[in-house]
Amino acid sequence: MNPTKIVLFLASLVVILITAGMVYSLTSGAIPVFREFGLGFITSAEWDPTEGREVYGALPFIAGTLLTSLIAIVLCFPLAFSTSLFIGEYYRDTKIASIAGTMVDMLAGIPSIVYGLWGFYVLRPLIVSFGWSAQGFSIFTAGVILAIMIIPYATSITTEIIKMVSNDLKEAAYSLGATRREVIFNVIIPNARSGIFTSFVLAFGRALGETMAVTMLIGNSNVIPKGIFQSGNTMASVIANQFGEADGLKLSALVAIGLLLFVITGIINGIGKLIIKKYSV
Amino acid sequence: MKNLIAVLTIAIALSSCGSNSSDTVSLVAAGATFPLPFYNLAIKNYSNSTGTQLTYGGIGSGGGIRSLRDKVVDFGATDAYLNTEQEENMPAELIHIPTCIGAVVIAYSLPGIEDLKLSNENLQDIFMGKITNWNDAKIKASNPGVILPDLDVTVVHRSDGSGTTYIFSDFMSKVSAEWDREVGRGKSLKWPVGLGAKGNPGVAGTIKQTAGAVGYIGSEFAFTQKIPVAQVENSAGNYVMPSLASISAAAKGDIPENTKVMLTCSSDPEAYPISGFTWLILYKDQAYDNRSEAQARETVKFISWIIEKDAQALAQQVNYAPLPGKTVAQARELLGSVVYKGQALNQ
Repeated sequence: MNPTKIVLFLASLVVILITAGMVYSLTSGAIPVFREFGLGFITSAEWDPTEGREVYGALPFIAGTLLTSLIAIVLCFPLAFSTSLFIGEYYRDTKIASIAGTMVDMLAGIPSIVYGLWGFYVLRPLIVSFGWSAQGFSIFTAGVILAIMIIPYATSITTEIIKMVSNDLKEAAYSLGATRREVIFNVIIPNARSGIFTSFVLAFGRALGETMAVTMLIGNSNVIPKGIFQSGNTMASVIANQFGEADGLKLSALVAIGLLLFVITGIINGIGKLIIKKYSV
Repeated sequence: MKNLIAVLTIAIALSSCGSNSSDTVSLVAAGATFPLPFYNLAIKNYSNSTGTQLTYGGIGSGGGIRSLRDKVVDFGATDAYLNTEQEENMPAELIHIPTCIGAVVIAYSLPGIEDLKLSNENLQDIFMGKITNWNDAKIKASNPGVILPDLDVTVVHRSDGSGTTYIFSDFMSKVSAEWDREVGRGKSLKWPVGLGAKGNPGVAGTIKQTAGAVGYIGSEFAFTQKIPVAQVENSAGNYVMPSLASISAAAKGDIPENTKVMLTCSSDPEAYPISGFTWLILYKDQAYDNRSEAQARETVKFISWIIEKDAQALAQQVNYAPLPGKTVAQARELLGSVVYKGQALNQ
């Protein structure tokens, strides 16, 4: 083997070993709680950490994570997709497109805690003033902040994908008399759809694991939310909140939630890959 | 794996600290965040005057206990004493040394109201979700002459596990049988109502931002930030405003020899009822894991210093109540029992 091959092989091996190591330590840490509650850990909505009557069920957090991420992706899609078309097609290579592109990239660099603070002092009072929620801490508030946080990820990748659609195809369509809208819907989107889809799967994965900003806005009540304007909690947020004082069975429950989050992210990426395979051109 | 987590947590907590020089002894400790401002100030003063390097990681009481169990620190710190089962899980016998007294105060946000009294029954009903509006007749009964607004009650509690929650729930369990049955005591609870916020700053910020909010926060934080707090009914039936004097009074009663006691619901008529010790924990036999005698000596020397007058004055600067003289004498006695290869370290 030549040296390049050896270096590449070792680098990939390290990545695989790290992932395997994480799965191993998460699984071994999660065993006590699954031994105690079995599958009930996933299906139970009861979370009572009080000593002597400990019951751990992860359903409230699974529900909170999926709900906030779904709200985020639904709100993010129209904004991110339009912005990508603006930057990558309509105003491609103009000054305004490059300004907009830089702004989007800057959004990606803002720390999570800053989004959280902005949400706490600006977004939350706004939700209260609309009368949607009495205190403004809700699944919806967390979803909105997540949507803003994942826009840059979805936008930058989608923009690149849209730019990559071959000019020959587009020019051919124009020469046949197609309007710009027709080119977008009949040439660009069909050609770029698997890439666009991938970018939104990535953005969704990012929303699933986001912690700090969500913790500050979701209300942290460990129950299944009764509505999107009620408080709840997410998997990442409960781990971040409770880890410091956790011990014994509770620590195992938190590690198990980490494992579930890992599995859910894996499943979503898997579904994404399947769909891409089916629709890619 | 737990070992690894503990090491990593401490590594992160201490990552901002400088490297240790090899010729002086350096001590590492970790644990409770509640007394963190006091320990930071005390350690700074101690290091400046003695040259001993000491780093303290505020990683939570649970983390402090784990770290001591895994022997990655010289001593730990906790807001709740270890129960029998927890002590049995430790590899060796340990002792608890109280360092100061803190309290949990009831903070509220009611526009225009500067003086609020809450009876034990009021607290039970508010935190169990039975009183939902501030103009409830039961709150009015505790506050004659005060015009309470027609405003929804929003309960705010800690979202993270915390010794503050433990002291609060211990008090609630003592004054309300219903609370004891339905909720119980612990560092984190199954809350009947309310919103969770992280840390004292999170709870205080949420209360401040929400009219009609009520929640519990550490006294040191409330005093430093001058947050409006309620008077709470104590065992003698008096409404007491939390202050360093009323908190210190909570330790005037009988304290068991090992100092493992909750100070909530003190019988002293002047005492603020939601008070509690915070402890440092260390192994009774300091000769473990190749520890040098110097290391063991420095550990005991620092802990002996922190319970005495100079350090206790520092505690008051950052709004913790000092240990009463009787408790200091008990702590000295306990430190006298620490040995290194059979020899007492503190003569």
